[in-house]
Amino acid sequence: MNTDNTALSEVEQDAIAEIANIGVSRAATSLRQMVGEEVLLSVPAVRIVTRQAAGRLVEQGNNPKLVAVQQSFEGPFSGRALLIFPEAHSLELVRSIVGSEHSLEDVIDLEQEALAETGNIILNGCLATIANTLQRPMRMSLPSVVRGDGMTLFGSRSEDEDSNLVLFLYINFTIKQRNIKGFIALLMDLPSIMALKQIVREFIDAIERQAAG
Amino acid sequence: MQHKVLIVDDSRLARMVIASALRRIQPDCELVEATSADDALTAIAAGSVDIALVDFNMPGMDGLELVAKIRKGHPGMPVAVVSANLQEEIISRARELNAAFVAKPLTDEALAAFLSGAALRLKKAAG
Repeated sequence: MNTDNTALSEVEQDAIAEIANIGVSRAATSLRQMVGEEVLLSVPAVRIVTRQAAGRLVEQGNNPKLVAVQQSFEGPFSGRALLIFPEAHSLELVRSIVGSEHSLEDVIDLEQEALAETGNIILNGCLATIANTLQRPMRMSLPSVVRGDGMTLFGSRSEDEDSNLVLFLYINFTIKQRNIKGFIALLMDLPSIMALKQIVREFIDAIERQAAG
Repeated sequence: MQHKVLIVDDSRLARMVIASALRRIQPDCELVEATSADDALTAIAAGSVDIALVDFNMPGMDGLELVAKIRKGHPGMPVAVVSANLQEEIISRARELNAAFVAKPLTDEALAAFLSGAALRLKKAAG
């Protein structure tokens, strides 16, 4: 693989992190409305890593059983957006959304549907903000719920070494008072990294031109 | 009147966007940039900052903690917290600190509205 084409310069990395930060912050605002509690966010991290390394990052060493709501996006660049949390937090998240008056059976019954809908609102909010900021339309798939470890979430069936490297962008979120922690993550493969670099470069150039008057 | 505006954001892109909008709205304003809350406090201590625009989500001290520190020495300085995180808690904490809240993605209209309010406040304070 050609690392020169995929490496991100400091300014590109900064720009991608900031654009994602705006997207995720807007998404956290929607999540806050749904759960009725403040959602705390970390600062965003942007890395080009192997799929295995991305998987280990979300497992955090001790919690390999994860639930994710994922949506694919396509446009000038394509990839997947995921809302990820430990499986043990899944029911608590659903309960915080549907309200405490529901029985455990109801919550279990609603789990899959509630997770998909929550993911849909959060991930769409995040991706739409990114698409609007970059002024590039993106198509989003319907959400699906995936369970498994980090590799199940990020794995690729391809043996190709290049397809194993991904742009991994993630922000931790914590719901205060509820002991719910998770990640909002974006994953893009190699051709998309190059397309995104070009678009971000144009975006930065446009701001520089505006600033120069 | 020419004001000195401090932009505090860990993202260079975000500082560029804010600086670009400021130059369109107030071409004669003087800009100072800080990449962290600590840098911002140093710039303010060095004097002559009139207005501050502060990002919320920064490594280390966040924007609201920074505004709380600014308020100790500068209770009347016009300050805006600039963030895409529109959660009630954050907006209300900004209000408690007597700071405005300006949403990201930043628009010229929102920034202009904050700046005209800030100019009035500074004029009153000087008058």
